[in-house]
Formats: sequence, structure tokens, C-alpha cells
Amino acid sequence: MASGKGKSGSRAGGPAGPPDRDAVLAAAAGIGPAAGLAWEYAPAPESRDVATIEPEYGLFVDGEFRPAASGRTFATVNPATEEVLSKVAEAGTADVEQAVAAARTAYEHVWRPMPGSERAKYLYRIARILQERSREFAVLESLDNGKPIRESRDVDIPLAAAHFFYYAGWADKLEHAGFGPEPRPIGVAGQVIPWNFPLLMAAWKLAPALAAGNTCVLKPAETTPLTALLLAQVCQQAGLPPGVVNVLTGAGETGAALVGHPGVDKIAFTGSTEVGKEIAVAAAGTGKKLTLELGGKAANIVFDDAPVEQAVEGIVNGIFFNQGHVCCAGSRLLVQESVADAVMDRLRRRLTTLRVGDPLDKNTDVGAINSRQQLEKIQDLTAAGEAEGAQRWSPPCRLPDKGYWFPPTLFTGVSQSHRIAREEIFGPVLSVLTFRTPDEAVAKANNTPYGLSAGIWTEKGSRILWMAQRMRAGVVWANTYNRFDPASPFGGYKESGFGREGGRHGLAAYLNV
Amino acid sequence: MSEGKGAKPASPARAGGKAAPRLDVRKTYKLYIGGAFPRSESGRSYPVLGADGGLLALAAKASRKDLRDAVVAARGAVRGWSGATAYNRGQVLYRVAELMEGRSAQFAAEVAEAEGVRRAEAESLVAAAIDRWVWYAGWSDKVAQVAGAANPVAGPYFNFSVPEPTGVVAVLAPAQSSLLGLVSVLAPVIVTGNTAVVVASEDRPLPSVELAEVLATSDVPPGVVNMLTGSLHELAPVAAGHMDVNAIDLTGAPAADRPDLERAAAANLKRVFDGDEEWSDPPGTRRLLAGLEIKTVWHPVGI
Repeated sequence: MASGKGKSGSRAGGPAGPPDRDAVLAAAAGIGPAAGLAWEYAPAPESRDVATIEPEYGLFVDGEFRPAASGRTFATVNPATEEVLSKVAEAGTADVEQAVAAARTAYEHVWRPMPGSERAKYLYRIARILQERSREFAVLESLDNGKPIRESRDVDIPLAAAHFFYYAGWADKLEHAGFGPEPRPIGVAGQVIPWNFPLLMAAWKLAPALAAGNTCVLKPAETTPLTALLLAQVCQQAGLPPGVVNVLTGAGETGAALVGHPGVDKIAFTGSTEVGKEIAVAAAGTGKKLTLELGGKAANIVFDDAPVEQAVEGIVNGIFFNQGHVCCAGSRLLVQESVADAVMDRLRRRLTTLRVGDPLDKNTDVGAINSRQQLEKIQDLTAAGEAEGAQRWSPPCRLPDKGYWFPPTLFTGVSQSHRIAREEIFGPVLSVLTFRTPDEAVAKANNTPYGLSAGIWTEKGSRILWMAQRMRAGVVWANTYNRFDPASPFGGYKESGFGREGGRHGLAAYLNV
Repeated sequence: MSEGKGAKPASPARAGGKAAPRLDVRKTYKLYIGGAFPRSESGRSYPVLGADGGLLALAAKASRKDLRDAVVAARGAVRGWSGATAYNRGQVLYRVAELMEGRSAQFAAEVAEAEGVRRAEAESLVAAAIDRWVWYAGWSDKVAQVAGAANPVAGPYFNFSVPEPTGVVAVLAPAQSSLLGLVSVLAPVIVTGNTAVVVASEDRPLPSVELAEVLATSDVPPGVVNMLTGSLHELAPVAAGHMDVNAIDLTGAPAADRPDLERAAAANLKRVFDGDEEWSDPPGTRRLLAGLEIKTVWHPVGI
């Protein structure tokens, strides 16, 4: 991988780390074991026994699991090994019909009439069960998604539980939330979520919807259905009344059938801007409420006075967290010209220490790309980056033989017109641009149809606030990056979508306000 | 004003020594773009009829190009207007109310003719429109406190959310309520720092031009409000599909047109809102909040 040429690089036998790692490191231009970076770690795999995967899963409709009406199923695979994990029912229009009907019945007769204080207690129960079964969820998430266990264990699952806990507390306080004396739920929510944070996105969607008194039909992503189905089991364990939460697994067609169903009053979608626009078109004129959390091409801006070590950690966290499968990833590094060389040196050194491999290994920093399709998209865009003249670099790292893998990758010499500076790659690929003045940084950062997030690294407080005011983005991280919290509103400007998730603002998406 | 326009012929000069009554100087009703009052670049105008069917005036018939020019003007005004202090924007809106008050008789005459209401009712509509500016003026430095938040995140971070203007908002003004409705949809958009491209009521456009003249002589910076008169059917799709418009208020669009306009608005994911409220009702905050984005800023806490 020293050449950094993507899939043409050398590969070793497994995720445990190649025996010649030192030699590979030494071969890297200007970087070697002399820097003291070539630590060897023994494998430290999390046991996968904690998660039981059934050979086949049905749809969760009206409180019980059932096969699709068509009997169709599809496989979900472990992207780190290409092993088939399970078969999952593929919901069709008949299943959508049943799920929406179940949700409607539960809405009219059970959930909406229920006192908020009782709804709250169900949500608290779900939060508690998620905490109790957290390791099981973490392992399952890493198996199905490919993300490092360190992230699923420390970020995805705790945050999912926290979201239920946070919104549980709103369920009996809605009249005090600032939306008028009698805020009303919207009805049946059709919720379509992506594969990058499968359980967390389910929690972001379900928790505020249920707290506000809506019932839900959730469509998890095709490649990552398992934790949503386990969450459905949790709903059963919590005693949640049938029909309040329904889970329909499937692909794009299932999602389209759900958002197009006339019995759906509210559509919440997280995913690509392209699909978000299709949904906005489909919803036009229907009167359905719509919130969209879509793509991004965030600028992570490093000024010359930034603490370099912290900034480098923030850059790495910004783009290599979750393999870069993050809508708010800091995928464009804007570094002030006077410190560009120093920052890039440190960044390259830091990248050589990233451990790419087995998602279940507790030492792994970068896991597997979620699917072959996504890997091909990343390969296509990085090839375009080279073809358009940017310089590509990856640290020396061995990738496993099986599964979908892509090394952490930097592009320097990137201009604003390059595809890798304009298009969302959704992978571990950082495009580096430089700037001279704060005004130039603002102009370049905002020069995108997206507007989800931005990062600012400087020690100067007044400059942080000046920059934060000028970022046309819904989330601004100053001297940090990729922080999430249920109390913190999240969502985009411009073509990154509209509506907010999290915090008091996240309630508005599920109330008739 | 009511005598000052329209097709009514001036009284014939009486014979026999008395001086002929003075012939009025009529007003030319033009567009308002970027602080200037151009005619339509297309050179078109259209007749505006009063509620009684009589000709009131000719209004400029804005073209699609005029609308695009108005968007350019509105975009250019975003930085200054959204960057002004909330206190300043509040005073500017309050000054609009002050200037309208001074011309209230003229507005009342325009509204009476446009809407076919009695003079007393027109006066009360004008008064309500003036009061609406005052209501929204006061919101400028309060909306962030109502719609913003300090968020108690579970970690050592200072985290706050603030509302910001979404940018350029296209406003399809109500068809019927020529002044109160217009002010009720325009003021909440601009008070928070957005700039507006307004398509005025097609059949009752004259009060909108009157209002534009007030805006031009108040302290509203050029480009913050751009007022177009003309065919809604011609202009609305251009506004809905324009890639440099951030949001669109469909209030003035007929229900049958809305699906197509919403589809067009999806091209750049415009924020779409509408509403058919009773304009004399208290406005609430719904329209104020519809033109806002929420920005959340994180910073570590430490020493």
C-alpha cells in the first residue's frame, strides 16, 4: 500500500497485521519506524458470541415478526469478510400497506390517546434495555456494518440509548416545549434511514417521533438491517403496544413504497441528496410533512495559530471516523498556506499509525467499507481525483484479502473544481486545499451546494465566532469535530436538507407546529 | 389619490371665465428591484382594474428575466442585511411603519379601490398592516432567544444553537389581501435577515408598489425587498425553480399550482411554506420561524 494506489496495493493474509509491517513502514517516503510509530499490537478481538444472529428475519409489523407477503428475502453480509450473516425479508407494497395500517390503528387507538407520561415510560424502558444489551448491539452493528467495535461500543450504541432517554423526558412536557399550549402529533411517520449509523439513526428517528405521539414505520438500509430488527425485539421486551413501531426491511423500492403511501403523514429521510430530492418531488402536493438529512462536503478549516496536534486529531476524527461514512465528515481540509506543510507532515505521520482491519478488533481504527457498491463509488471518485491532477497518498497499510476495504487516503493539490472537492465521497478520503486569508477560507468553505457541517481550528476566540457566523452550515465544530449529542440539534443548510434532529428543535419535526 | 388615477376623464373645462380644473399627474407603477424602480425589461405592462371593473392604472408586467434580476439583487443584499445587528433591523422595520403611517390615507385609497371595500374598512386594514410592521420589528432581537438554545450536552463542551436567516426567500403574496396580506408575509421574512423577492397580487398590485415606495424611502437597504408585479403563472415557476433561491412562500399560489411549484422547488431543496390564514388574526411566530435555519456550534471547555 505504500504506493497508495488503492486496490492495486499489496494485501496481507488477515486483519491481525502483517509480519513485515516495519519494512513496509520503512519504505514509506520520509516516514519510517525511526519515528517510533510502528507499534505492533496483538489481536484483541471482541467475542462475537454475545450476539446471536438468526438464520432468517421477518418484518416487524403490528408487534410481531412475519415473512414478507411475497416471501422474498435478501442476504445481509459482513462487509469485512463477505460472509452472509442472515437472510432478511424484503418488504413489498402489501407489507407497506399492512405496516402503515398497523401504525394508523396504533396511532388512533393507543399511542396518541395515551398520556405523555406513559409514553415516556415506554421510551425509558427502551433506553434501559439498549444499555443492558449494549455489547450485543455493538457486536452486531460492527458485524453488519463493518465499523470498528471501538466506535459501535463507545459511540453508536450509547448515543442511541441516550437519544431514547432524552426524548422520553419530552413526552410528558410537550406543552412546555415552546410550540404552543397544545402541540399535536402528526400521525404515522415513514422513516427511511441509512447504513452508516444503523441503530443510531433508528434512534434519532424513532425517539422524537414516539415522544411526540406519532407511530412509526421504519425502513432500515438494505445492507444494515440487523440492529433495527434487534431493536424491534427490544420494543417487544419493553412491552411497546403493537403497531407503534414497525420495521420493514428492504431496498430502495421498499423505501419508495413507504414514502409514497398515502397513509403516511410524515416522512423523515436520512441519506443522499439525490434520493432526498426524489423524495421531495414525490411528496410535492401531498401535504406530507418532510424532513431531510442529506449529504455534505464539510470544510475542516485549520488556521496558522491552531494547536497542530489537536487539529491533526480533529482532522483524522473528521474524515476517518466510521471510514468516512459520515454525512458531516470533514472531507475537505482547508489549511492555511503558511502552516500547510507542517500540518500535512504531522497528518501523514498520524495516518501511518491508523490501524485498518478487523472491525471486531478493539484496536482497530478504520474498519471495512460498508458494501461493494460503496467501495466502487470511492474507487471511482479517487480515480477521478488522480485523473484530474490531484496527488494521492495513503499510509502503508495492509488490507485484508476478503471484504471491502479502502485505505485512508489524502489528496493534495486539489482545486475547487475537482470532483473530489465537490462530490460527497462518503469514504476515508480527504481532499486538501489551502487558503491565505479568513475571507478566502469562508468563500471556499461555503462554495458547495451542501451545508451540513464545518470545522474551525484556531486558538483565537474572536476568529472562531467570526468564522462560525459565516459558515453556511447547520453544525459548526470549533476545535473539535464529529461530536453528537441528543440535546444538540443536527441538520443542514441548503442541499444538505431541512429540519433538525436532536434537542428541542428535533421535536418540531414531529409536531404539527 | 383616488381621483389621481384611472380612466375617469378630468371634468371638462367649464366655459365662461372660470379656470379649468387642474389635470392630475398620474403615477407610473413600476417594479422595485435592487432599490431602483425600473419598468419591466420586457417593456410590458398590464391593465389593473378596480373592484368596480374600472381601469385603475397600468402596472409593469415583470418578465422571467426581471425575476432573475431581482434574485441577483436579493442575493447581493443578504450579507449586509443579515449582518446588520438585530437592533438595527428592528429599527428599520419600525421606520417602515412610521412612513406608512404618514401615507396611510394614500394606502387606504389604494386598498379601497383594489379590494372594493369601504373607506373605513380600508383604513382599518392599513392600520393593521402598519401595526404588523411594529409587531415584527420587535421580534428582530427576540427571535434568537425564543428559537435558540444552550444545549446541555453530555461532555465538556459549550454548545449553543442560534437561528439564522436562510437567505433569499421568494414570496408569492396573497391574491386577495393586497396590503395587510402582503405585509403579513413579507415582514416575517425580512425581519430575521432574509432578503425577499415578492411577486405581488396579480390582480391587486398597486398597494405593493406604494409599499415599495415606502421601503425605498425608509432605511431598508436596496435589494432587501424586491417587488414584482405581473403574471403569477409566469413568474412563480421561475421563482420555485431558481437555484439561488433558498426558500419559497407559496401563500399566493392557487392550490392547483402548488404540486408543480413544490416539485420545482425540490431542485435545490428549497424550504417551502405556505398558509391561508385570516390576515386580521394575530400572526404568531410560524412565518417568522419558517425562514430560519438552526446553526449549532460546539466548543470544548477546558483550561
